[in-house]
Amino acid sequence: MEYTLFIVLLPFLSFLFLGLVGKRLTPRAAGYTGTIVLAISACLSYIAAWNYFTTAKVNGVFEKLTPVNFTWLNFTEKLHIDLGVLLDPIAVMMLVVITTVSLMVHLYSIGYMHGERGFQRYYAFLSLFTFSMLGLVVATNIFQMYIFWELVGVSSYLLIGFYYTKPEAVAASKKAFIVTRFADLGFLVGILLLSFYTGTFDFERLTSGDASLFAGMEGISFMGCSVISWAMALIFMGGAGKSAMFPLHVWLPDAMEGPTPVSALIHAATMVVAGVYLVARLFPVYYLEAPDVLVLVAIVGAVTSLFAAVVACVQTDIKRVLAFSTISQIGFMMVGLGVSGMEGHEGLGYMASMFHLFTHAMFKALLFLGAGAIIHAVHSNEMANMGGLRKYLPVTHLTFLVACLAIAGIPPFSGFFSKDEILAATFHFSPALGTMMSFTAGLTAFYMFRLYYRIFWNKASHHDHAPREASASMTTPLIFLAAVTLVAGFIPFGKFVTSDSAEYIIHLDWTVAAASVAIAVIAIGIATLFYRGESTIPDRLAASFRGLYAAACKRFYLDELYLFITKKIIFNGISRPVAWFDRHVVDGTMNGFATLSQRISYSIRGFQSGQLQQYVAVILLGALLITVLVLFT
Amino acid sequence: MNFLSLFVLVPVLMMGGLFLSKNLKQIRLVVATGASLLLALAVGLVFAYLGERAAGNAAEMLFTAKCLWYAPLNIYYSVGVDGISVAMLLLSAIIVFTGVLASWKMEFLEKEFFLWFCLLSTGVFGFFISLDLFTMFMYYEIALIPMYLLIGVWGSGRKEYSAMKLTLMLMAGSALLLLGILGIYFLSGESSMNILEIARGHIPGQAQHWLFPLVFVGFGVLGALFPFHTWSPDGHASAPTAVSMLHAGVLMKLGGYGCFRVAIFLMPEAANDLAWIFIILTGISVVYGAYSAIVQTDLKYINAYSSVSHCGLVLFAILMLNQTAMNGAILQMLSHGLMTALFFALIGMIYGRTHTRDIREMGGLMKVMPFLGVCYVIAGLASLGLPGLSGFVAEMTIFVGSFIHEDVFHRVFTIIACTSIVITAVYILRVVGKILHGKIADHHLSLQDANWYERASTIVLILAIAGIGLAPLWLSDMISDSLLPIIQNAKL
Repeated sequence: MEYTLFIVLLPFLSFLFLGLVGKRLTPRAAGYTGTIVLAISACLSYIAAWNYFTTAKVNGVFEKLTPVNFTWLNFTEKLHIDLGVLLDPIAVMMLVVITTVSLMVHLYSIGYMHGERGFQRYYAFLSLFTFSMLGLVVATNIFQMYIFWELVGVSSYLLIGFYYTKPEAVAASKKAFIVTRFADLGFLVGILLLSFYTGTFDFERLTSGDASLFAGMEGISFMGCSVISWAMALIFMGGAGKSAMFPLHVWLPDAMEGPTPVSALIHAATMVVAGVYLVARLFPVYYLEAPDVLVLVAIVGAVTSLFAAVVACVQTDIKRVLAFSTISQIGFMMVGLGVSGMEGHEGLGYMASMFHLFTHAMFKALLFLGAGAIIHAVHSNEMANMGGLRKYLPVTHLTFLVACLAIAGIPPFSGFFSKDEILAATFHFSPALGTMMSFTAGLTAFYMFRLYYRIFWNKASHHDHAPREASASMTTPLIFLAAVTLVAGFIPFGKFVTSDSAEYIIHLDWTVAAASVAIAVIAIGIATLFYRGESTIPDRLAASFRGLYAAACKRFYLDELYLFITKKIIFNGISRPVAWFDRHVVDGTMNGFATLSQRISYSIRGFQSGQLQQYVAVILLGALLITVLVLFT
Repeated sequence: MNFLSLFVLVPVLMMGGLFLSKNLKQIRLVVATGASLLLALAVGLVFAYLGERAAGNAAEMLFTAKCLWYAPLNIYYSVGVDGISVAMLLLSAIIVFTGVLASWKMEFLEKEFFLWFCLLSTGVFGFFISLDLFTMFMYYEIALIPMYLLIGVWGSGRKEYSAMKLTLMLMAGSALLLLGILGIYFLSGESSMNILEIARGHIPGQAQHWLFPLVFVGFGVLGALFPFHTWSPDGHASAPTAVSMLHAGVLMKLGGYGCFRVAIFLMPEAANDLAWIFIILTGISVVYGAYSAIVQTDLKYINAYSSVSHCGLVLFAILMLNQTAMNGAILQMLSHGLMTALFFALIGMIYGRTHTRDIREMGGLMKVMPFLGVCYVIAGLASLGLPGLSGFVAEMTIFVGSFIHEDVFHRVFTIIACTSIVITAVYILRVVGKILHGKIADHHLSLQDANWYERASTIVLILAIAGIGLAPLWLSDMISDSLLPIIQNAKL
């Protein structure tokens, strides 16, 4: 299956081509080039997925294949960075997800970005991102993953800052890069620790379940935790940064300053699930060697999920609502992994998490692209400028509704199946955690329908000209993704992706399912009551919970904390004193030496006066002194 | 006549040609031809070297030649190269070539400028091909002295002050160095100035312990070792573009290369015993330089402090005394040389247009000079270690190499050094955000983008940076093989 290399390479070639000669092309040509190349890449991944899932099964278990692998850089005999393609069920699934969503976004952008300055640059960056993301998921070793991890970070930076004349966009891109870079520091140190003791970067060896590999780490602990736990926790920190887990999530809502299709691709469907993918990729290591970290993953996921859902209930910018909703849903995936075991029914959480990753990518991309169509029509991100749009934007309205129902967990839409299995796995792990996640699921349904009603129902706000439905290049992706969302729930996911690569038949846990559907329906009912028409209940509620409401509006002051750390502590508290110290103390000392030698030479230059009498006197005095010394010693 | 001696001969001939040339056109012809010739020679040398190695020539140094120069002290003119010097020669040739292009339009005294520039190049090339301690030291001095005039005459700002400071501090370093070299000569018992011969013998442990600090600090001053780095911000800020490029790009590498070739190679025991002191100092350099860079407002100061941080990493890695880390150190020298040269070239070009280097007075320049802007972003990304560009390869080799050290102390310091990747991102993105993005000032709207010689200069540098970043294996293997004798010597 060597051709899988081209799935990754084609977008890179497209990036080089558009980056170098894009300016000579018309915007239209550049857009079509990018889209066609990606379409080829997508077709190749569908073929690869078909081939893989039909042929790679040996003894009922999907094998890991490595069709391409070569050494890129040697460190020592044992440690070397390889670049290559690793195919296993999750990698193949990710290839399909990434190329599909990316293709939809490429197509959509032809309409959405029409007439924008830097259209060619935009497509070059999109290709770069797609290349990096694909390289990340097929990584054969953890260092290759780190390489592409950094590359997706930089493409995200470039795309968030696409409107580089806008100060908010510049600040947001900077924030995104620095926060994730900070998390990557943890990732890097984790890799260093892990490779120091195991002597390998290779995923296949690390996840083979061979305990002797980790023998060197036994018995070494630091601050009460074993070294392997530290290493895996640090690696998870990298994942938490990219996947916007609390408290490293601060960059994601701001990242909405980028063009909306970019938010759909990078900040909803693909890059932000890289952290989930990382944990899934190293799942056997987490499960077998560092189960305590896995609990940490579950807790971080649950806290993030609840926190983000609460904040999403009060945001008024539609993209911000979706951003917090993304954070919350990724929290669900993390919880799924955190509560999972290995093999058979114990591995339900793992399977569910990957399933949710798949369905979420589709319906969240749909929501963002829908939001883009709305913003395109009314030229605003604020809910206050919307309302009553269902008459003007029929296609957008229907597809958006499908996505809302999916995320709320209403059968038979895809989100119901995947989320329900996560809930079932969580209840199996801990009823308390399960209850908390069910509550979060209810909140999800509530804020999504708040969003839906305030955009499409309610009183229409005044528009200068009637909003119009977008062009075909924008509505086609919407319809396609809505169709996927309708049917994806019926994919027998357990046949393909499981914790041990063996087949697992999904059984719906009807008590959990019925309860969660009931919660979702109630939440939707409340949202209908509050937001479908004019109602004063939300305002009164906000007034009676004033403290909570204000804190949620301010996103619980975490952005202020971020500003405090960067501006006050790093900039004013460390860097300024360091710079002052350098100029005044270190350099001052050096200048001091110069001044000192100047002073000394001024004071002794009197000896070189040129007066004969003085010289003779000194000579005589010296001669006398030597004579005395010779005579009396 | 030895092939390597051409590297010294060409700049000397260029000086002769400059002396004879009558107008700007002839001056340009001479320097452009000379610089291209040097670049061709360096590329040729890489192929010749790799060819020899592939043919199975396992000698420690290739293309050696020697001729007696001063018998009483056994001083020879002795040359030879291994993979490391080949890499450094290639770096120097690239920087000289692009430096000439970047100073295509000089304001005044072109002939004199290029005369000193060529003398400086002679010193640099001579240093890297020498195997004789004294000859090496002589070339080192030849490279330093023109610096004083180049900054003092053609510089900007407080140029006399900076030039004086730089020269005095570096001269103080040379004084230590001369002492160290004489000590090595008299105490090694070999009565030889030849590095390879001294290495075959053994300098007594007692002597190593006081010679090592002398040599390491002597070269370290030029390698921006904390706290002897303060010449660097002022020096860089005042120097004209091409000189900044050559200085940060190559001259600072003389320090690292010297530390490595003389201090570590000849005195491995002392290096082993005393490394911890210098690891602390260089560890400070790495983090301290990066933090200082965050608050600077002058573009050149930002890069000067960034250089302190990156060059600190070079010395840091050398002191780890293992093959991987040292390999990383050499790669970092190359990578830092190329990207700092690119930075200084771009800063010179931006300054030539806006007449300010204060980042608070600029903004949105991407709009009027997209080419320079994109190049600046690429340089910045290389500096913060983006995979696919040279910085990543070098830094990761250093981090992995330093972390496999068996001592916990070294590993803790490695983690501290790793934190610099975050701080670097902060100051790089701050500058990019301030000067390239955002709103543009009205009086900057009429500025022009790069012209042909500026484009040529930056493109060559970017190609080199991306080349190392995309396909590092051949380079890293070439360096790695040449490190073996040094590693074996260090494990006496």
